[in-house]
Amino acid sequence: MKKLIYLDNAATTQVSEEVLNEMLPFFRETYSNPSAVYSFAGESKKAVDLARKQAAGLIGANTEEIYFTGGGSESDNWALKAAAEAYSSKGKHIITSKIEHHAILHTCEYLKKQGYEVTYLDVDEEGKISLAELKAAIRPDTILISVMMANNEIGTIEPIAEIGKIAHENGVLFHTDAVQAYGHIPINVDDMNIDMLSASGHKFNGPKGIGILYIRKGVKIRSFIHGGAQERNRRAGTSNVPGIVGFGKAAQIAGERMETRTVKEIMLRDHLIDRVLSEIPYTRLNGHRTDRLPNNVNFCFRFVEGESLLILLDQLGVCASSGSACTSGSLDPSHVLLAIGLPHEIAHGSLRITLSEETTMEDIDFVADELKKIVERLRGMSPLYEDFVKEQK
Amino acid sequence: MYSEKVMDHFNNPRNVGEIENPSGVGTVGNAKCGDIMRMYFDIDEQGVIRDVKFKTFGCGAAVATSSMATELVKGKTIKEALEVTNKAVMEALDGLPPVKVHCSLLAEEAIHAALWDYAQKNHIVIEGLKEPVNDISEKEEDEEY
Repeated sequence: MKKLIYLDNAATTQVSEEVLNEMLPFFRETYSNPSAVYSFAGESKKAVDLARKQAAGLIGANTEEIYFTGGGSESDNWALKAAAEAYSSKGKHIITSKIEHHAILHTCEYLKKQGYEVTYLDVDEEGKISLAELKAAIRPDTILISVMMANNEIGTIEPIAEIGKIAHENGVLFHTDAVQAYGHIPINVDDMNIDMLSASGHKFNGPKGIGILYIRKGVKIRSFIHGGAQERNRRAGTSNVPGIVGFGKAAQIAGERMETRTVKEIMLRDHLIDRVLSEIPYTRLNGHRTDRLPNNVNFCFRFVEGESLLILLDQLGVCASSGSACTSGSLDPSHVLLAIGLPHEIAHGSLRITLSEETTMEDIDFVADELKKIVERLRGMSPLYEDFVKEQK
Repeated sequence: MYSEKVMDHFNNPRNVGEIENPSGVGTVGNAKCGDIMRMYFDIDEQGVIRDVKFKTFGCGAAVATSSMATELVKGKTIKEALEVTNKAVMEALDGLPPVKVHCSLLAEEAIHAALWDYAQKNHIVIEGLKEPVNDISEKEEDEEY
């Protein structure tokens, strides 16, 4: 069997063995409902408390400011909808960016139908918002700013601390979707003036179906799921104890190893970027060259289409992703690539490669070697490339 | 997600390339939606498609449908080639996922575009052939004006 080279870690990650081992007893041995009174429930409750502490520790939050949810999308939905409702007496204006995840963008669309106004900030060609534009967008009725910490497609890290500062100077609540950043880059909710933060367990070697919403103490935000006293009355539903335990353990490990891990990832990332840009012509790197997630690489190869690239890579055992229309199920390529100013035909040729701690130099060199051949092959059958070559002559 | 036949035609596309001084060439689709197909026909005096080549920018289904379409028209008369519909292309490939049906429509359109070009060059009318609407150059002009 050919080796699987998994390079789609922004989509999801493998649960680490340590995390799994931590979770397993909570399925069959300590399966108690932590809300119960008997002592058997005590073990589960202790485990949930520890996990909350671990989740908070990674971002400099207080334990009681962490709310476990069903994942990143739920956290984003909760933060936006509940904050909008809670602060509607102050105003109905929300500021976000054009490159947010759909969990934010579609929630904003929903809120617009409820009578809210949304300003979508532009980004520059590297995917960063403009602080001046943000300042100019703030109005007396602005109640919430939501800007992602790092982009899931192109990896660009936004100036979160500066955004938080502007938000607070103007008395506006600040939420950040940190699903791609949590566990990957240092975060401190106080230093960065973050009021709410969404994160998801499976993006940093934790399990799927578990996330957190950090809500700063004092932020008035209502319950999203009604029906129980769990999560300080704010998110009902029997606690997903194995998931919560897994999230906590993964957060603890991510914090401990962040430095060594990201040094290695950045080295491999930059090696891949350097090789591909120098060896494959008519290729561009999407996203900021240095202010980017340690494990994210995103290229556009002109004259080729992303899904074809993915199928050919898949046949070599390489898992990656693309922002082409064919992979999105619509006719439009990724909204992120369009927002950084790429024309449609170039955006269709995008390839995202996201590394993990397990990725080796050998994997990266293999991918770079094969990409050269694949891109050449697809260009050989591309009418766009044919026209381009004829024009050059 | 794709049938074995689609994968086979994607991995080993038949008739990829160009024909110099073709009897007819047609390009359909546009880069905006992510699929462009170009077909080159070499048609003899008897109206038989002697050779056919294609180039395609697009997804796996776009490449496979172009490849299959070239196979289905090669050696056929113009009249027979007009009968190669998107359904015929899809059936020959053992089906396509619903979101990829438009690729087969593009393949049918590419055949028509190449034949239209042939008819224009030779000042003839091919019965049952309408001017292709999905031509890339037209699209670009449309956008400009």
